[in-house]
Amino acid sequence: MAIDKMEQSLRPPQLDLKPFPAKIITLANGEEMVVREVKREEVGVLLGTIQPLMGVQKDFYDIVASRMYAEILGWFEYRVANEFVLVGAINGEIAGIVNSRLIDGKTGMSYHTMTIKRGLRIGAQLFAAKMEHHIDILGNDEVHIVAESPNGFKRWMIEYALEDRSSRYPALHHELGGVPTFTLTRELWERVKADKCTGTRPVSPEKLATADKLKMPSEYPQIPGFKRG
Amino acid sequence: MRNVSIVGIGHTVFGNLSDFDLVDVMAFASGNALDDAGIREDRKIIEQVFVANMGGGIINHQTGIASSLVSRMDMEPAMAELVENGPASGASAVKLGYMAIASGMVDVVMVTGGELMRSVTGWEGTDFVASLLHPEAEYNYGLTLPAYGGMFTRIYMERYGLTERDLGLIAVKDHQNGAKNPFAHVRVPCTIEAIHDSENAHVINNYVAEPLRMYGMCPVSDGAASLILCAEDSPKMKYFTKQTPIRITGIGSATDTHCVHNRKDPLVLDAVRLAAERAYAMAGLKAEDISFAELHDAFVILELAISEEVGFFERGKSAEALRNGVTAIDGAKPINTSGGLKSKGHPVGATGVSQVFELVKQLRGQAEKEGRQVKNAKHGMAVNFGGFGNNVVAVICSRRDA
Repeated sequence: MAIDKMEQSLRPPQLDLKPFPAKIITLANGEEMVVREVKREEVGVLLGTIQPLMGVQKDFYDIVASRMYAEILGWFEYRVANEFVLVGAINGEIAGIVNSRLIDGKTGMSYHTMTIKRGLRIGAQLFAAKMEHHIDILGNDEVHIVAESPNGFKRWMIEYALEDRSSRYPALHHELGGVPTFTLTRELWERVKADKCTGTRPVSPEKLATADKLKMPSEYPQIPGFKRG
Repeated sequence: MRNVSIVGIGHTVFGNLSDFDLVDVMAFASGNALDDAGIREDRKIIEQVFVANMGGGIINHQTGIASSLVSRMDMEPAMAELVENGPASGASAVKLGYMAIASGMVDVVMVTGGELMRSVTGWEGTDFVASLLHPEAEYNYGLTLPAYGGMFTRIYMERYGLTERDLGLIAVKDHQNGAKNPFAHVRVPCTIEAIHDSENAHVINNYVAEPLRMYGMCPVSDGAASLILCAEDSPKMKYFTKQTPIRITGIGSATDTHCVHNRKDPLVLDAVRLAAERAYAMAGLKAEDISFAELHDAFVILELAISEEVGFFERGKSAEALRNGVTAIDGAKPINTSGGLKSKGHPVGATGVSQVFELVKQLRGQAEKEGRQVKNAKHGMAVNFGGFGNNVVAVICSRRDA
């Protein structure tokens, strides 16, 4: 479809991002989760997955879901530069989503980590995959990160011992509202990677095929009694 | 002494309850116990309340908790005291409740244990629990309870040939049970293939205090549990017709050196053994009479070590029993049918009360609908482990027709 001049002027310039090579992780309950990059045409199923959580106040799911919804919609509509989205899928059903973007070729801006299925450290694995993509695959030197929930703060700021850059505000600030910004540097990543990041590659075509067609979750532990209409 | 029965039980879900304050959480469990006993409207028959809590003053900035709970529950003018005995606070409160009734001082007691630990970071929570260690000889050197758990595990492995796979098997069993317990913090089963054998295991089940991995540690939990106790010879027993009363037949407790390095052998848990022996003697029972047990597995190694000290297995032989399914729900000696601290969670002040809650539930036959009922359960034992084994309380509950 032709893109008119006005639309062209609205779209940000985009870097050419290397693809994230899919991997598979055996979770503690024995289920296998395929972690792969989401294609633009799959945005609908992601938004449908996120939307029910926009009303869940507990653990700040509402703010994370609302912002992630907007960020992924923005990616779909070419309103965010250099964004990528990874998904964790168990038998094709979405168990978690992470998204992020690059400011330039050297600096990442982590957006959100959303765990649907809980109790298996899926969020921790997807966050690690996101950092792996930023630093090992896309070649970023550092990634700026904020947390909107205590869970996130415990998982990222404390467990990764992220560098606290909040004293550099406002010269250095995260796009998500200027809340205290922490940074994962390449050096920090190299220090924690072996303990935080896992996954087997390459994924066999049969296993990858299980995540070919993404499905919205049939239930949400965050929403007891949830029924998809 | 008078016979004392448990006539009401209450429990909150264990997990993240940081939307509530500490006394709210205790009040939820207490209200459940009143409902279970059928005395919500008649709650003022309770004369004495014992509240078990370890860290309210430190991490929740709340003191005077016992009187606060009584007021929140509209149970004035009941007498009320706080019981703090580290992670064994819960069973200590049960013991004091028993003593208050057995002595003839009162007829009806409520025992409620609770803790809110998730409002602080994991490190701060670990630091708060470590405040029970010797301040100069242990704490100042950076020792924590998980560090002790790791060191204890390493010595046990070297002496008895225990493997990391065996440790994983305890987690698998406990999570299997916890997955069926509606109050458990982590209700997700795990497999030994995933947490030990898989090439991803080093990350999904990472070391926390080597050789203990994440699935060798209990989660940090919020939660509360509550019990109503009544003298069997009291006229007030007429209020308690809703549930089958379960008798407290044995209670024992014992202390050991504050510092672990002052013990002749760090693997010998004298206080556990003595507490159990005292409870057996009071109940007129032996280890082989116990149908099932809740043992304080804050670190999975403790399930094995405690099961040996209380006489279920010979020293160094409990892992063999585990591998052979003896400690599974359908085994000859089921252990941690609730999921244990490992899966159910460990809000420290609540734990001992929660263990007795599970004894009562099993002895009433009410775990059947959850698919985790011990068949023909007659006598259950709980061991609540304070400090690193320096103050331990054992409780035996029995069916009255046993």
